[in-house]
Amino acid sequence: MADVGGSVRISAVGSAVGSGVGSDLDMGIGADSGAVMTAPAPEKTGSTGAVVAPDVPWVTIVWNDPVNLMSYVTLVFQKLLGHPRPKAEALMLDVHHKGRATVSSGPREKMEADVAKLQAAGLWATMARDS
Amino acid sequence: MRPFHRRFGRYSASLEPAEASLIADLVDQVRQLLAGRRAEAPSDPLAQLTGMTLGPDSKPTDPAVARLLPDFHAEDAQLSSGLRVLHEPELIAAKDAAAVKLLDSLPRGGGPVRLDDDAAQAWIAALNDVRLALGVRLEITEDDTPPPGVDDTESPQAAMYATYRWLSAVQDSLVSAMLDG
Repeated sequence: MADVGGSVRISAVGSAVGSGVGSDLDMGIGADSGAVMTAPAPEKTGSTGAVVAPDVPWVTIVWNDPVNLMSYVTLVFQKLLGHPRPKAEALMLDVHHKGRATVSSGPREKMEADVAKLQAAGLWATMARDS
Repeated sequence: MRPFHRRFGRYSASLEPAEASLIADLVDQVRQLLAGRRAEAPSDPLAQLTGMTLGPDSKPTDPAVARLLPDFHAEDAQLSSGLRVLHEPELIAAKDAAAVKLLDSLPRGGGPVRLDDDAAQAWIAALNDVRLALGVRLEITEDDTPPPGVDDTESPQAAMYATYRWLSAVQDSLVSAMLDG
């Protein structure tokens, strides 16, 4: 079991430890704070110029990362996406071995919601138009 | 620490006082990181009037915060920016709610932890956010390879890595109990 007696600093905010990890981080408050509001990007057309039908489904992709535990990723796929255990495990192994897996598909709004849920749980999730 | 196990529909563990205060401290640090990011959101009078909170349109500059709040699309920066404006506030709120729920069910002086399903869900998410932030600070890039600087056992990196691994074990014991439950 690890020794947990020491103090560990993650945050730059209010850190009194001058040499602490991340103590010289720019928190980005200031220069960017007057950021211009951007509306959601319109649906794009493919590079061929063909107009893509608005009902073309989108997909949610989860990418491999070195921090998320395999057990945790499996549980998240079960709880948040409703996949049964074998499917959740297979997808987790795909993420682990292939670097990414498509974990759900559907209309864009649904995929936005799935990505948001998975990101809230700490998974590295993105969405893309199905191809 | 006694690891988590499921008993009578609850998830129980036991923490030493130092372990409980370490978890509280780290979860609080993540809350501060997210609060700093929340403060970067544009203040838009119309948004305030309509009650709709909008986020910033650019990625967090702090890589740990950027890992907690990734882009929505891997290549399309414009789409990611638009979706960040829409969704980032709710993501920060969800992470903060999980952190608060963990802190509410954490025995500050150490001792038994007993979690219902809802609290257990919050614990694994909030512990995961701490591990993600530590993973970025430690520059962990491979699953099982120790990150740079941890060979020197006296270094802050070594202490942080030991903490990271301990949190991984805590989280894994709870996740395993939930998977079996």
